Formats: sequence, structure tokens, C-alpha cells
Amino acid sequence: MSVSNAMAAPSDDAPVVEAPKKARRRRYDAKEVGLAVLFLLPSLAVFSIFFYLPFARLLSWGTYESVRGGSSYNQVGIDQYQEVLGGGEFRAGLWHSLQFVIYTVPAGLILGTLLAVAAHRRLKGIKVFQAIFSSTLASSVAVSSVIFFFLFNPAVGFFEVSWQSDPSWAMFAAALPAIWQNLGLAFVIVLAGLQAVPDEVMEAARLDGYGPLRRLTRITLPLISPVLMFLLVILVIYGFQAFAQIDIITKGGPGGATETLVFKIFKQTQDYGKGAVLSVGLFCVTLVVTFFQFAILDRRVHYGDE
Amino acid sequence: MASVTFDAVSKRYGEVTAVDDLNLSIDDGEFMVLLGPSGCGKTTALRMIAGLEEISDGKLLIGDEVVNDVDPSRRDISMVFQSYALYPHMTVQRNIESPLLVRSYDVDGPGTPTRKLTKAERDERVAEAARVLDLEPYMKRKPAALSGGQRQRVALARAFVGRPKVFLMDEPLSNLDAKLRAQTRIELVELHARVGTTIVYVTHDQVEAMTMATRVAVMSMGKLQQVGTPQEVYSRPVNTFVAQFIGTPPMNCFPGQISADGRGVEVPGGTLPLPAGLQAVPAAGSTVTVGVRPEHLEVSGQGSLGVVVRAVEWLGHECLISASVGDATIVVREPGMSASDAGHDLRLRVDPENVHLFDPSTTLRIG
Repeated sequence: MSVSNAMAAPSDDAPVVEAPKKARRRRYDAKEVGLAVLFLLPSLAVFSIFFYLPFARLLSWGTYESVRGGSSYNQVGIDQYQEVLGGGEFRAGLWHSLQFVIYTVPAGLILGTLLAVAAHRRLKGIKVFQAIFSSTLASSVAVSSVIFFFLFNPAVGFFEVSWQSDPSWAMFAAALPAIWQNLGLAFVIVLAGLQAVPDEVMEAARLDGYGPLRRLTRITLPLISPVLMFLLVILVIYGFQAFAQIDIITKGGPGGATETLVFKIFKQTQDYGKGAVLSVGLFCVTLVVTFFQFAILDRRVHYGDE
Repeated sequence: MASVTFDAVSKRYGEVTAVDDLNLSIDDGEFMVLLGPSGCGKTTALRMIAGLEEISDGKLLIGDEVVNDVDPSRRDISMVFQSYALYPHMTVQRNIESPLLVRSYDVDGPGTPTRKLTKAERDERVAEAARVLDLEPYMKRKPAALSGGQRQRVALARAFVGRPKVFLMDEPLSNLDAKLRAQTRIELVELHARVGTTIVYVTHDQVEAMTMATRVAVMSMGKLQQVGTPQEVYSRPVNTFVAQFIGTPPMNCFPGQISADGRGVEVPGGTLPLPAGLQAVPAAGSTVTVGVRPEHLEVSGQGSLGVVVRAVEWLGHECLISASVGDATIVVREPGMSASDAGHDLRLRVDPENVHLFDPSTTLRIG
């Protein structure tokens, strides 16, 4: 029929031509290379002083073994890496860190997202709620940990429970302030993501017959998936690096039940070599986990330009 | 298919009245264009039909049913948005199919309960929509990989696939280039002729209104000004707003006085004939607003109106001559190349049936 024929304007319907995937490698002359190095120099200098050089030093520290409570060090080479990273202490620390991540990341992400979805509407006074929900982000880790420490204190707490001294609950007690803070971070970032979703798309979904739950799961969440992906990655990293909550609430106890990798590193005041190896271990774990998050989940993330 | 009726419908946002006491009946199968400048309330009126805006006052009917409190998804309407509002994370296929996946339809005839479509029924409808709108090669693509015209057709297909009672369209052509817009106008008219569904179409572009509408409803400042066929609003505008909103360039309006003998209108530079078929001629000497369209002013040596040319714009197939009548500037449309030039005197004539008179105080049409 003519509708279809007339609409097939050649200029408009020409297949979208994709740019060649790999541009031919061009040669750079010495002048260009020199200029590029010059531009890179400031950031290279900063990164070298504050990251690359200390990291190299850390790697080398890992090859020294403490003697007589840290008063002198012997170089033992790569053996110390094998010994520490293959040992039970690293495994225990890694397991506790994982527990902390499992407690804090999904809960913070889900609660923050739900609150953001609830607060993303045009209502009088909604800004007040938005400010309240995001306020957990503005309080420091120490402050939030102290609040939860006293909230759940068996003697003076609002909830008179003894989670902090119960080995099976202690990690959860230490995770609570982190959940509370992650919730605020997730709230702020998801809310910003929601505000970028065009109103007309949500209205179209309403007219198409999507109910509130379907709109959330089929339209909203896929559209903000890049934001959720970003949050997941940084919350996992935060989880592996958490320290103050554990130090304030459980001090690694009871009986080492909440000694995460970071806490174990912190304890190596007598043995810098072992601490360095544990640090390198933590770095590698974080790197590998982040890599897998991207490798596995990124395929399910919708970026607008695909 | 169904009619749509606004019965004294108003929409207020606090102190602001976006739509004021709108009474409008849109017939079953009609292509009704709501036309007006931005902020006139036309989009609000459309969104009230969709159920995306609550109605402050009055009743809205789709068919015989009052739908004021009916959920948008249960009104059996579909809408094409200005931005197309496609789901960016879904393929074209999935975008078109999406209403069929979630809504229930009255497929087994009247009296039977509505139900979800089966996979085979869905595939058939999607395939039909894709064929009619020539989208078959693009079904596996995401919207980002489509051109503006293709996205617009996907939006049309998504609206079309559910076979709704009423199509709503909110400036669907405004993001297309001029050439594609002209094509799509014709295609929309053909699509309407083919499916016969009631279409309510919002635009500020009077060319779209004139070329596609069965009837046009002209709105301004939240109020309905005139409803009629494109020919009616063009040839018998009810007030100076409609007169000047319809037509490019707009109708020339300038002050005049009924002559002493009551047989003409005196304007600076000459006399114009009174409109043909005027039932009650205003009293001699009374002031009126005279309206003449640029295409109805004819350059002629015997013309009754003398003007001084200010500028001549040549557009290829025609010239637009700007000239002064007293303090007012008028535009004359002359086919081909004009012999006039800036500073020249020019005589113009106009047929009586092409002269419009308006009351200067109420702006309403006289006669």
C-alpha cells in the first residue's frame, strides 16, 4: 500500500552506516609524541608520587620478613607471598570481608533504589523527604558507627540485644551502619538516574497498560541499569575496604569473627611485611571481583547509545 | 472506534486555567486537529483524553462512557508522543509488541470478556503493523539505531497494533525535517482512511491542520475559538485571532470605517467593497477591522486601494509585497515575479467575497 511505499524515503531509510570499528593505525611523528608526553606529565607525576611508587614499595615490602617483633627485617623473597596468601588467616579475612559485602551491598542498593523510586514524584514537600533520605550520605562513617553502636548496645541501647558479642550476629551488627550509609548513596545516585528517564516514556508505558510494578521492573530498572551497575561496583569496593565500622562496633571480635582483610592488615603493626602481602592480596581480590562484575553484568546493562 | 466528547471540561493548575469550559464533540472516525499556539491548552486537552491529566471540571466521554476516572490503560486509546517515547532498551519488534503483552483486548467480539492475545495473534498483529509502516527490515534494531522518521513510524506502529478506539497524536511530525513531514502528512491521511479510527491530533502548525483534518478546532488561551472544516476556518474565521492564525502569511487586518453611503469601507488609501452577503451592515461611519488575505489582494491598475510599497520578497513561485495602509503594514501575495519595487505606488483590488469585517472591540466577525 502507498503508506509504506511513500514512507520509504531513500534518504531516511538508508541503513545506518556504522563507522569502521578500527580506524587504521596512524603514525605519529616525534613532535606529536613529545607534545603528548608533555600533556601527560603532570598527571603522570601526581600518580607516580602518590600511587605507582608507593605501590611498588608495597610490593617490595612484601618480600621482607619481620624478625623479633618488627625490630629488623630479613628479605625472604616471593616465599612470603605464597605463605601468607595461601594461609588460613588470609582465607578467614577474605571470608569475613565477603560476608560484610554480602550484608551491605544488596541491602543498601535495594533499599536505596526503593526509596528513590518512592521519592521520585511531584508532590508537595517531597524535597524534605529527599533531603532526609540522602542525609545518611552526609554523616561520617565514624558518626554512623557510633550511632549504631549505641542503638544496639546491650546495656544502654535502644534495642537491648547483644549482637556485637554474638559471633553469628557480630558481622551483621558491624554491617548495619554501612547498610544505612549505602542506602543514602544509592538513593542520591538512583534518584538522579530516575530524573534522567523521560516522562513521556513512562507515560507511554502507562498507556500501554504497564502497571506500577511492571513499569518498575520492565522500564525503569533497565533504563537506569548503568547507574545500578556503577553503584554495585563502588559499593562492593567500599565493602571490601570498610574498616571504621568494624573498629568501632566489634573491634574484630568476638574471637576474630569480624576480622575482615582490612582489619587484619591494620593489626600487622609488628609485621609490615605480612601487612604488605595482605594489602596486595586485598588489591588483587578487589580487582578480580570488579573485573568479573563488568565481564558478567555489563552485558545486561543498557547504555542509551546502543 | 468511538466518538470523544468534551462536556464543559476545564483544567486548572492552582490559579492557572489551562483549559476553560471546553465543549467539543469529535465524531466517530473523524480526524480532528486541535490547533493553536503554544500554551493554548491543546496538549492539555489531549492529555485529558489520554487520562494523563485529571479533569478539574466537566465530563469527558469516549463513546457513551464517562471516562473521567477511568485508568489510561482502560480507555482503549493509544498515543504518539512528540518525542516518540519509544522504549530505548527494547528492539523495534518488542516496542511494537509491548501493549499487546500487557493489555487485555476485546478480541472475541462484543459481550465476551477481554483477554490477552496469544503468541500467534500477537505475531500476526506486529507483522501487519510492521508491513503497513514499512518497518520489516528494522525489527531487530534498537531505537537508537534508527533515523527520526523510522522512530516515528515505530511509534505509529505501537499505537496502531492494539487497534484502539481513538488515536491521540501530540505534534508527532515536529521532529522531522520538512521533506519527511510533507510525506508523512499524506501517509497519515492514508492511514486514517485505511483504519478509520478516530484521530485527535495536536499541532501548532496550521499546514498540518489544513492538509490532514476532517475538522479543525482552533484554541487560544485555554478557550476554544472555532470548530469547522479547514475550508470553513479559512474562509469564515469567527474572530481576528482565527483569521490571523490560519494562513501564511496571516490575514491582513487594519482599521476602516463604513462609508457614508453604507456601500463600502473607507481605509487609508482608498475604499474597499463590503463583504458579499452581509446581513446587517454596520451603521455608516462606524469603525470596523477589515481583514483581507494576502492572496486575495490583486495588483491591478484599476484597483480601489492605493498603497506605497515598502519591500518586495521574491520566493521563486511568488512574491510577497509589504506595503503600508495608514499605520498598518499589509502583505500582498503576487504570483511569479513582481514588477513593483520599494517606494513604488501600487493599486490593489479585492473581490467583495474576500473582504472580512470584524468588530474592533470584541474582535468577532460581523455578518
